[in-house]
Amino acid sequence: MATTMAPPAPTAGTTFGPKILVFSTNNISDPGIDLAGSSHLHYSPRAMTIAVPCSSGIAPEWIAYAFDQGFDGVFIASDGEECSYLTDCSERSAKLFERAQAMMAEKGYAPERLKMAAICSVCAEPFVKYMHEFEAQLRELGPVGVA
Amino acid sequence: MSERKIGVYVCQCGGNISDYVDVERVRQAVAEDPDVVVARTAMFTCSDATQDEIADDIKLDDLDGLVVASCSPKLHTFTFRGVARRAGLNPYRYTQVNLREQDSWAHTDDRLGATEKAIRLVRAGIARTRLLEPLDPTVVETVPRALVIGAGIAGLRAAIGLADIGLGVVLIEREAEVGGHVRELGTMYPHDRQGQELISELLGEVRRREGIALFTNAELVRKGGTFGNYEVDIRTRGDSNMTRRFEVGSIIVATGFDSYLPEEGEYGYGIPGVLTLPEFKKLVDASEGPLVYGDRPVRSVAYIYCVGSRQGESGPHQYCSRFCCTSAVHTDLELRAKAPKVHQYHLYRDMRTYGRYELLYNDSREKGSAYLKFAPDTPPEVQRRGDGQLEVRVHDQLASQEEVNLDVDLVVLVTGMVPRSNQELIQRLKLPVGRDGFFNEIHPKLRPVETVVDGVAICGACQFPKTAGESVASGLAAVSWSAAMLKQGRAELDPQVATVDPDLCTFCGVCMEACPYGAIGQQELGGSRQVAVIDPATCKGCGGCAPLCPEHAINVLGYTGREVEAMIESLAAGVA
Repeated sequence: MATTMAPPAPTAGTTFGPKILVFSTNNISDPGIDLAGSSHLHYSPRAMTIAVPCSSGIAPEWIAYAFDQGFDGVFIASDGEECSYLTDCSERSAKLFERAQAMMAEKGYAPERLKMAAICSVCAEPFVKYMHEFEAQLRELGPVGVA
Repeated sequence: MSERKIGVYVCQCGGNISDYVDVERVRQAVAEDPDVVVARTAMFTCSDATQDEIADDIKLDDLDGLVVASCSPKLHTFTFRGVARRAGLNPYRYTQVNLREQDSWAHTDDRLGATEKAIRLVRAGIARTRLLEPLDPTVVETVPRALVIGAGIAGLRAAIGLADIGLGVVLIEREAEVGGHVRELGTMYPHDRQGQELISELLGEVRRREGIALFTNAELVRKGGTFGNYEVDIRTRGDSNMTRRFEVGSIIVATGFDSYLPEEGEYGYGIPGVLTLPEFKKLVDASEGPLVYGDRPVRSVAYIYCVGSRQGESGPHQYCSRFCCTSAVHTDLELRAKAPKVHQYHLYRDMRTYGRYELLYNDSREKGSAYLKFAPDTPPEVQRRGDGQLEVRVHDQLASQEEVNLDVDLVVLVTGMVPRSNQELIQRLKLPVGRDGFFNEIHPKLRPVETVVDGVAICGACQFPKTAGESVASGLAAVSWSAAMLKQGRAELDPQVATVDPDLCTFCGVCMEACPYGAIGQQELGGSRQVAVIDPATCKGCGGCAPLCPEHAINVLGYTGREVEAMIESLAAGVA
């Protein structure tokens, strides 16, 4: 997959800037996202983060609700293998991810609108790279709810 | 609509926020909310003056919710909870909004975008705060005594530290002798002390302190009680097979590591003259003058690095063991001091002699040891020739992939640390284990020795591979952590834990199965209806059970479905 380090220019005649909801975790990925800011690494200000204790606690219903409310993409910055609570956090998060995609399919949201990646507490650059790639991909998909 | 009285404080952070975000526009945008009765900006919300101002507003306007929009919640959550508490507002009716790390600093190139994001983030904070219920932390009394499990260098040093700070200590060691791996070490860097000598000295210090009860041949066989007052049963083997019970306020796990043992045939392991690093170190330590192995003089040695470490997808040990490069280089210098003429070849993947250990690496190279870099996909090959000589073949990455043949008398496999098998202890203490098999702290930098199990800390090499010095440092960190908790005589547990709505629960048992901490039990509710019930003192608040509940009966307080959905609505809404 091509790596896009800067968001591409919007297609002619549109100024669509995708809204991205990020779920982070208090101990692991949220400090990584903080570090991106502390390092003054730029990503879209339409990406907004809600921090929760652990990615295994993110309800698929919340993800579906975000699309209902007009978010164009949801990104789960998961604990991965560093979770201090649950040894099998990766597997649990993966199952929730699948459930969320099934729920999205029922509502007619493209499955690519949901992304998940483990973001460690110092993963500032990977996070920003994911944001740029995801934003580019969502621009191609267009606004949520528009066929 | 609920009628709340919320105070909102938008911080300029001395320009860190206000240079990139129009904070006055943010203030005006959120002041319109009917539930917001006070909305102010401040140069520094964390300053004493502004803290006092917030406290005055809480009292004067009888605020029942507080939103501070400033830096990351990692910095000042406890500060503003304190402000709320001092002013008589429940501290859990406060939300910290991250306007600096996750807004102004991340969007220094887009003032309008950053300002609109700020408005959404603060509105989401208000939406959450509107729904927050007051919570009270469970306060527990703590016993001024600690259990230290493992009397290696970290555990011994921790026990001494605890006693000196005025806490009682129960120090237990599974082996007959204290000192662990360090007892077996020869001369150690940087003070040139013998391992045995260091351990004897620490043991002397332990014995001098009346507050420390040391048991060898001893194991923890049961943990009961609750946080602050754990009951631990210690069984000793040998002449007096007996079990003693102690009450302790904290438990420090310092159970150390095992050395990696290569497979038969791994880099020739099993061939006479192919040794692991610990085996070779003993040989060097025991040697006076020229080195002899078997009855043959040793004139040349090849070290092969990363044996049993960085195994990639194929093996269980995917991590770098950190200490082994330095240990091998130090052994090179020890040998050189005793037998300067021995040729020493180091076959490495990457050298990791961090910090001051770089000096050892330089010293070794300057004195003539050769370092050859190999690639992981072309590892060195070890063979024994007919005449008994060992032959090592390696592609030297730094010399155009040239194949180098080394005839050597000894091959040293630089083996790392692996996690110890401690299933029973893990079960008894519910210790969190990481993918690498070592115990997991909450955060390697911010909370480096605490585990998610309240009152249980980890230190030394049971946490990850460490040098003796690093193990002692973490042991002392565990002492500080214990003292901060036990010297107060009381501790608070975070009340933001999972709860079950008994009206929705049908007791299917899914949540009970999902909780590795055993926090979820079964309760009969009026008549014969069974419901799940969560013990707030045992629940860690991870929320792993909540999305699994088919009835949506479980919520984590502070992160309930309604609160999260209200935040999503505010973040998605327009800012006009």
